Amino acid sequence: MADPAKRVGLFVTCLVDLIRPSVGFAAVKLLEDAGCTVAVPPQSCCGQPAFNSGDRRSARAIAEQVIEAFAPYDYVVAPSGSCAGMLKAHYPELFHGDPNWLPRADALAAKTHELISFLVDVLGVTRVDASLEGSATYHDSCSGLRELGVRVQPRRLLGTVRGLTLTEMRDPDVCCGFGGTFCVKYPDISNAIVAKKAANVAASGAGMLIAGDLGCLMNMAGKLQRDGSAIEVRHVAEVLAGMTAEPAIGAPPRREPGPRP
Amino acid sequence: MIGSARDDILATMRRSLGVSGTEAPRRAAVADRLAQAPKGIVPKRADVSGAVRVALFKRQAEEALATVTLVADAASVPGEAARYLRDANLPATLRMGQDPRLAAMPWETTALDIAKGPSAGSDLNALSHAFAAVAETGTLAMVSGGDNPTTLNFLPDNHIVVLAAGDIAGSYEETIDRLRARYGKGAMPRTLNLITGPSRSADIEQTLILGAHGPRKLHIIVVEG
Amino acid sequence: MTHAATSPRFKENAKAALADPDLQNALKFVEVNFIARRREVADKLPEFDALRDAARDIKNHTLAHLDLYLEAYEKKVTAAGGHVHYAVTAHDANEIILGICKALGARTATKGKSMVAEEIGLNDYLEANGVVPIETDLGEYIIQLRHEMPSHIIAPAVHLTKAQVEADFRRVHTHLPADRNLVEPTSLLGEARAVLREKFLAADVGITGANFLVAETGSSIIVTNEGNGDLTQTLPKAHIVIASIEKLVPTLEDASQLLRVLARSATGQEMSVYTTLSTGPRRPDDPDGPLEYHVVILDNGRSSMLGGDFADMLRCIRCGACMNHCPVYHAIGGHAYGWVYPGPMGAVLTPSLIGVGEGGNLPNASTFCGRCEAVCPMKIPLPGMMRHWREREFERHLSPAAQRYGLALWAFFAKRPWLYRGTTRLAMAALALVGRGRGRLSWLPFGGGWTKHRDFPSPQGPTFQARWKARARQ
Repeated sequence: MADPAKRVGLFVTCLVDLIRPSVGFAAVKLLEDAGCTVAVPPQSCCGQPAFNSGDRRSARAIAEQVIEAFAPYDYVVAPSGSCAGMLKAHYPELFHGDPNWLPRADALAAKTHELISFLVDVLGVTRVDASLEGSATYHDSCSGLRELGVRVQPRRLLGTVRGLTLTEMRDPDVCCGFGGTFCVKYPDISNAIVAKKAANVAASGAGMLIAGDLGCLMNMAGKLQRDGSAIEVRHVAEVLAGMTAEPAIGAPPRREPGPRP
Repeated sequence: MIGSARDDILATMRRSLGVSGTEAPRRAAVADRLAQAPKGIVPKRADVSGAVRVALFKRQAEEALATVTLVADAASVPGEAARYLRDANLPATLRMGQDPRLAAMPWETTALDIAKGPSAGSDLNALSHAFAAVAETGTLAMVSGGDNPTTLNFLPDNHIVVLAAGDIAGSYEETIDRLRARYGKGAMPRTLNLITGPSRSADIEQTLILGAHGPRKLHIIVVEG
Repeated sequence: MTHAATSPRFKENAKAALADPDLQNALKFVEVNFIARRREVADKLPEFDALRDAARDIKNHTLAHLDLYLEAYEKKVTAAGGHVHYAVTAHDANEIILGICKALGARTATKGKSMVAEEIGLNDYLEANGVVPIETDLGEYIIQLRHEMPSHIIAPAVHLTKAQVEADFRRVHTHLPADRNLVEPTSLLGEARAVLREKFLAADVGITGANFLVAETGSSIIVTNEGNGDLTQTLPKAHIVIASIEKLVPTLEDASQLLRVLARSATGQEMSVYTTLSTGPRRPDDPDGPLEYHVVILDNGRSSMLGGDFADMLRCIRCGACMNHCPVYHAIGGHAYGWVYPGPMGAVLTPSLIGVGEGGNLPNASTFCGRCEAVCPMKIPLPGMMRHWREREFERHLSPAAQRYGLALWAFFAKRPWLYRGTTRLAMAALALVGRGRGRLSWLPFGGGWTKHRDFPSPQGPTFQARWKARARQ
């Protein structure tokens, strides 16, 4: 029976919305399983591309919408450390000195969480009911790690997935080179960084790469696949929700069910 | 124009900070801090005394690649210095300053060839007496002057430093207190050298090599008596 | 005269750096060594993180009262028999230093490592005016032979391999036998020691920087592992310190707090080998030491930074931890940044000193991973200040047009969620159709930056919001 006090507004994130909605549905399942009521107000983007490009005005305009759209909920949860970080760490910055909006930005920030840390740290979830045979390695996305302290929580829950062995890669907490617009503005440097990451992923011996941010995942999957790697890339929410029937990120649709490597 | 660059810089600073420079609270804050010199965070590691403090100093200095020997009294120093040079296959020569504590030691009981005064660059071995030391990091505190010329700390290939166990402070803060006791608050010797191990460089492919420009070897003789 | 910056050609510089095998080999050392050593030494000191807070607070206090501390400092230096000179610009500093050298009839000047001296282009200026500057820090000496700038603020020659150093020594030290063995780093170091020892003893003037200037005592502090700074400042007739205004700290205790985080953050040592405090010229009872002591205080744009958006950058103690941990620096090294200060601290400081028009590329070339801020001993919010520079560029329309239009288009839709949902539904359906077979796209319209090196995962089809709406209707 869902607890009416746990009304969660799901901040889907533009990448999940546009490229991989299955992550959003996995997030919904995890939240509902943990007893929350999930709502999805009309939304677009957190405004980070504008913010990081120096366009404060657009970032503020977008932020005002987000603040208003998510005002009715007890919690705002995003399957992304980077978007959750934008709402939590940077919205108050955007409205610094604004007596009208700053309190509202602070209120939103206070109730915003990245998905996995919300499950573990706020709802006290200790295990999930999912199985996935194989070995996986986990990449720590920068914003989630350094702005929000997400590190132990995903590993803890992944450890309860039946059949899954977690193996650490070298430098799991080093940037994958995505950086939002950075990867298209400085593609050669981004490539050098993601090449190191891809090498570390491959060297870990794991058959699967998991992370909590779709931007990072798309970047790493794109590189691995361009290199011809068969390593499967998935979002942590999908694995924890047991929703792995969907083809992995960048993988072709499976013609018939078959054994996984 | 004399003074105009100074005025320029101060004026720009004050404009940027939005102050005139005459505000009493600011002046008081500065005067207070300079006078009180509040201590900050002192690592607990430094909070040891007696034999534990000496052991900490020894351990830290050795980790910085100095060698450390303890002797019972000042009279044992010349013998230990001679032994060190002999064991290291170094010539039995030594340059030192005018430090009376060194002069009082029985150098005549050794076969060492002793020269006195600052180094002109051709001395292989030198010996100095430390002003104090910091156990926290195994660091020697050497002060300039005729007693222990600064050049002896840097020019010779091998440096032996005599240190009285009672002069080992636990922390940097305690060392500063000792400095002030000797020179007065706000005053300093011309040079205070805080020395932690022998000279080194890792500038070539990160390979650590001793003896970059200063001494290749640093040997510390701690006098416990 | 400041070194001309090649920062506007950052992208080309970076491309060349990525294709340079010697550099890429050398950069592996940076990544592996500096990071592990800092981690180890920080873990050994339980108070390390608290010391970072204390260090930040000391510098913030000092900067808020910098005018008064500067006045107090000057009084003490003068009382100790030293001279304080003031330089508003780089050129002023060069003129003052040359003036001191000329007044002493100096022909050669040994130099300790000083980033400020690099900033003002001191070596070139002295050389052009008849005073020969000799770098004595081994790394600086090596790059001086190569007419290069330092590529790292602590380890200036970190971009070079041993073979490159050997080649340079052979090329320049022609007075030594050509068949000598220089394979081992120890022989290279030994040769440098011998060559430079002569220069130390012959120098007329010694020029050093200062890690800190202590207001309480009028002292300058230098920190080295080699001892070259000490030979530079003790042996010649005069010791000249060139230091920028933000080097001031109030007391000896404050200096101790900062020293506790400096070497640990820079090289992973608890203390550098030589930390030296110098106060004035030779005293009556000194048998050695310089006869004259000069401090040249440089502004070069820093006094305007106080109290502003970039004031936090003035807390920097030049430890290099930020670049040691930066994935961009690891990929391209220091020279690609195009000026004196590389890495994250260079990305923030360079536009302040040479203008955002020249230096604007640097704060853009960051993923904002935040590692720099996480290791900075002074807790400087580096990514935040890089973002401030991007804001300045945006306001001045300095960012590339394609980027502005692309982001403006995105923002247009993002501000209108109803329009966003409708438009994206169509766009994603189209892309999904194209990429459905393979599950990914190797080419995207306008997506060259991405697809040059990576595939792009095909969208799943209907957007989340479209499906959610459909689900809700059931």
